[in-house]
Amino acid sequence: MKAKHQRLVLVLLALVAVLGASGLALSALKDQAAFFYAPGDVARDGLPLGKHVRLGGMVEKGSIARQADGVSIAFVVTDGVAKVPVRFRGVVPDLFKEDSGVVAEGQFQSDGSFVADNLLAKHDEKYMPPQVAGAMHETKSLEP
Amino acid sequence: MLHALANPTRFLKIARPLTPILLWLGVALFAVGAWGGLMRTPPDYLQGETVRIMYIHVPTAWLGMGGWSGIAISSIVFLVWRHPLASVAARAIAVPGAVFAALCLVTGSIWGRPTWGTWWQWDGRLTSMLLLFFVYLAYIALARADHDRGGDGRIPAIFGIAGTVLLPIIRYSVTWWNTLHQGQSIGLTGSTIDSAILWPLFWTLAGASLFFAGVVLMRMRALVAAQRVEARLRRLAV
Repeated sequence: MKAKHQRLVLVLLALVAVLGASGLALSALKDQAAFFYAPGDVARDGLPLGKHVRLGGMVEKGSIARQADGVSIAFVVTDGVAKVPVRFRGVVPDLFKEDSGVVAEGQFQSDGSFVADNLLAKHDEKYMPPQVAGAMHETKSLEP
Repeated sequence: MLHALANPTRFLKIARPLTPILLWLGVALFAVGAWGGLMRTPPDYLQGETVRIMYIHVPTAWLGMGGWSGIAISSIVFLVWRHPLASVAARAIAVPGAVFAALCLVTGSIWGRPTWGTWWQWDGRLTSMLLLFFVYLAYIALARADHDRGGDGRIPAIFGIAGTVLLPIIRYSVTWWNTLHQGQSIGLTGSTIDSAILWPLFWTLAGASLFFAGVVLMRMRALVAAQRVEARLRRLAV
């Protein structure tokens, strides 16, 4: 084996090791690197009480209820496994709407509900013109 | 092919006329994409006009990550075949790569404020991209220190291969972890972006890539010239 070939094998082995390392990092950090708790995680593992956490999922269709004071809202976050009722007082992001992704920052209450002090809107990877979207989501409305 | 290009004199002969072609063609393609993205495409059904930031954000992300792939490939070629030009190429890529990674973070932040409602969050995708930017800075410092102390470039080359660990993490962060950043839109099997919105992205991607290649050639020529000056000064000093 020539020295050049030896180096080639060594470098390729190093590359495989590096890529393997990133695969291990991805899977090992799976829980710690999660950006938010999904309702299903909470239902399975119990409420993370007394901690400031994020709760993420979809805003359940038809669940947004505006309160009489005009700045408080209540809605339900779901991930298809479990549901969590959320209360929030403040300005919601433009993209916050039902049937769309949301990440709420705040605290779980002992009754299983969540009080948010900040809302982030999460959108999906689909981009399309309004006409196409209109045809696909005819029942979808911006009005609560 | 590789051996022919590894000769610095022959490389310079090709790179000199190629540099302005790449730079100007890149600018022209990008301009077409910008015109299409700003004037011709419809707004997104959910994000409205904000979606147009994509036409600059995606190319910067692509080149921020593509730049490091270039450093890794050059590092492998240098370590295995000991081509001096490969080491020059890796050093030449580092600065534009870092600039594009920074632009990706900045444009992403500007996009995040109106859509997500935040400038910055420590989510998997955002954090791993920020790490890549820092790794670029570390590589630039390391390569310069190695060069200044008369090193042969092997240590930065090893660092260039090790840094590749971040590329799959950035790519799969949105698939494997739950993140604020949305999932992958464009894959090998197709795209979840409607074709009416998607097409200018290919122009800005191609344009930015050619421009990037032009900048890399320019920097490679400068580094080769600097090496020749150093060699000549050394000969004069003896």
